[in-house]
Amino acid sequence: MKTTNIMIVGVGGQGSLLASKLLGRLLTAEGYDVKVSEVHGMSQRGGSVVTYVRFGEKVYSPIVTEGEADFIVSFEKLEAARWASCLAPDGRIIVNTQEIAPMPVITGAATYPSGILDELTAKGVKIDALDALSLARQAGSPKAVNIVLMARLAKYLDIPFENWLEAIGKTVAPKFVELNRAAFTLGYNA
Amino acid sequence: MKKLMIGNEAVSRGLYEGGIGLVSSYPGTPSTEITEFLATYDDLHSEWAPNEKVALEVAFGASLAGVRAACGMKHVGLNVAADPLFTLSYTGVNAGLVICVADDPAMHSSQNEQDSRHYAIAAKVPMLEPSDSAESYAFAKAAFELSEKFDTPVLLRMCTRVAHSQSIVETGERACPDPKPYVKNGAKYIMMPGNAKKRHPVVEARTEALAQFAEDCPFNRVEMGGRGIGIITSGTSYQYVKEVFGDSVSVLKIGMPNPLPRQLILNFAKQVKKLYVIEELDPVIETFCRNIGLDPVGKSLFSPIGEYSQQTIRAAFGFKQPEVVRADSEAPARPPMMCAGCPHRGMYYTLAKNKVTVLGDIGCYTLGAVPPLSAVDSTLCMGASVSGIHGFNLAAGKSAERKTVAVIGDSTFMHSGMTGLVNIAYNATNSTVIILDNSITGMTGHQQNPTTGYNIKGDPAAKVDLEALCHAIGIRRVRVVDPYNLAECDKVLKEELAAEEPSVIISRRPCVLLKSVKPQPPLTVDAEKCRSCRRCMSLGCPAIKMQDGKATIDSTLCVGCEVCEQLCAFGAIGKGGEQA
Repeated sequence: MKTTNIMIVGVGGQGSLLASKLLGRLLTAEGYDVKVSEVHGMSQRGGSVVTYVRFGEKVYSPIVTEGEADFIVSFEKLEAARWASCLAPDGRIIVNTQEIAPMPVITGAATYPSGILDELTAKGVKIDALDALSLARQAGSPKAVNIVLMARLAKYLDIPFENWLEAIGKTVAPKFVELNRAAFTLGYNA
Repeated sequence: MKKLMIGNEAVSRGLYEGGIGLVSSYPGTPSTEITEFLATYDDLHSEWAPNEKVALEVAFGASLAGVRAACGMKHVGLNVAADPLFTLSYTGVNAGLVICVADDPAMHSSQNEQDSRHYAIAAKVPMLEPSDSAESYAFAKAAFELSEKFDTPVLLRMCTRVAHSQSIVETGERACPDPKPYVKNGAKYIMMPGNAKKRHPVVEARTEALAQFAEDCPFNRVEMGGRGIGIITSGTSYQYVKEVFGDSVSVLKIGMPNPLPRQLILNFAKQVKKLYVIEELDPVIETFCRNIGLDPVGKSLFSPIGEYSQQTIRAAFGFKQPEVVRADSEAPARPPMMCAGCPHRGMYYTLAKNKVTVLGDIGCYTLGAVPPLSAVDSTLCMGASVSGIHGFNLAAGKSAERKTVAVIGDSTFMHSGMTGLVNIAYNATNSTVIILDNSITGMTGHQQNPTTGYNIKGDPAAKVDLEALCHAIGIRRVRVVDPYNLAECDKVLKEELAAEEPSVIISRRPCVLLKSVKPQPPLTVDAEKCRSCRRCMSLGCPAIKMQDGKATIDSTLCVGCEVCEQLCAFGAIGKGGEQA
């Protein structure tokens, strides 16, 4: 079987490490060979962050390079554009429409590009955009953006809904399980 | 049990099962989690030491006393621990001693990308290098026996992509050997010239024995495939090679980069048509191959800079790369920055405002260097701010002393800032040192240190009194300021720069990311009062941006530090409820 390549991209502090932890745990439980690669340290301070998740029968490289990603799950709109070159020809970008201005935009040295998603769509890129922040707030916390987006990804993966809920129970702290399951359900049905 | 683990967790599990009794480390990305995971076990001693040299010497002491010990550090930490390392090679060990060192190719979170394998060669100690989590576990577990069998410390080399990648590990049970008795043996452990001269030949003989062991050890393996191309590789590069070539080429995977197996390599080379060496960073294996008469393709095709990937290898061999779609609009860079409410920001604003030359150091506060604050002039290594300012002021003269400061974090000051401060007092420059005391080791993810009052387990511990310490060193002028109070910071900075003697300013406020720090209600901007002067923007706070010509504050990011409020000349910024 072909290895599936997923990238989770976003801004340091948005919770991508928890998302990859959930995904890694679930895929391992499903019996796949799994590799997940994260970056810690400096880039977590509000910088652009990327996590790679690869699964299949046998996975070697822990990272995904240009033209290889079957899915890019972008926690922020601009980051989708930054990493678009990693998308495989028939890949799909799942993107949270939230905008977080990077420092060069804040200081006025650069502008936040408009119409990024339309531009990519015009180039034939499959884009699934959603307002994950609103859904997360609806579930009870803006921090649940990561789970909402994992739910959207779940729609494209061949893993039963219940297994995701079970994996959430094993990944997040007990007091947040209910909130995250609610966020997952909202994201899945959105 | 099968579990998905990052390489660092796998190392800790391997050391645990291998019978570790003590770990002493200093945090450093990408090595930190090795020690953090070990600290979750209660049947061994774990600790954060003030620096890597102390950590390795602690581990030496434990080994001498007969208990298996380890330490963890990043690549540059091994520079600090190099002094004990080189002579530990002479003394050897009693119980097993493993030094885990994590390189950072591509410098995700480091100031250089030095290659730790040179240390193994120079210190003449064996080094193991895993390429995924399963090997990290297995190599770490085997390292203690290797250490004891050959009477040597063992280096375990990690790199970012192994340390911070998760893959599946099948774990086992812990097996603790009985402590070895300590027997006084001056000829082995007292390294004065007469004894050391007798130990050096022991080291050379050990290296030969290890080289023999390397020929058929479990760490190196040959995977014969197609004979047209033979690739010698190690660490994470092995994974990229397999990703691109699968079984279509032959591979000699090196898991023990020092000493290298001469005969194994020669035999492998003989069986393949064209020989390649694919290794990140320096040409260590390649140089060895050349020294034994081979002529592999290596750094002529692969850069000594940065990380590799499957893409690097495809490109080097001229293989077709996948089709790529690119966005036309250039995505503005998103560099890391100080968090909203970071206590360092107020002090950096004050330094930038006063146009002070700032010798910086290693930590989150290195981010004071990025625009718009751009407040830092140099960052070299742990402690170099405090030592460096003394030399800078001596060379640049009296006028420089009035406009130059060193800034260093609390943990970095404990690590290697104290000695520089002793030098300032002893050799007398009117240097001004600012300790940015955020009560935690921030950048590496909140590790306790001797100034926080807690140990690695979170239990109360002795707390260094920074003011008393500075006084004891011979600094009479020690001031404490709250970096959220800009007027106070400005006043004290001016006074200390003007003082005719050395001084220390402790800028004290805990990191906002600490759970013990409760965020205050977010501030808001009264758009009526905002005159669009952008003064608040000069702080470089991620929570503030201009929208439709007016400053706005993102309520999800703002923690109510009120620093921007102090800057606003028009009273436009305040707590939501206070506005008209």
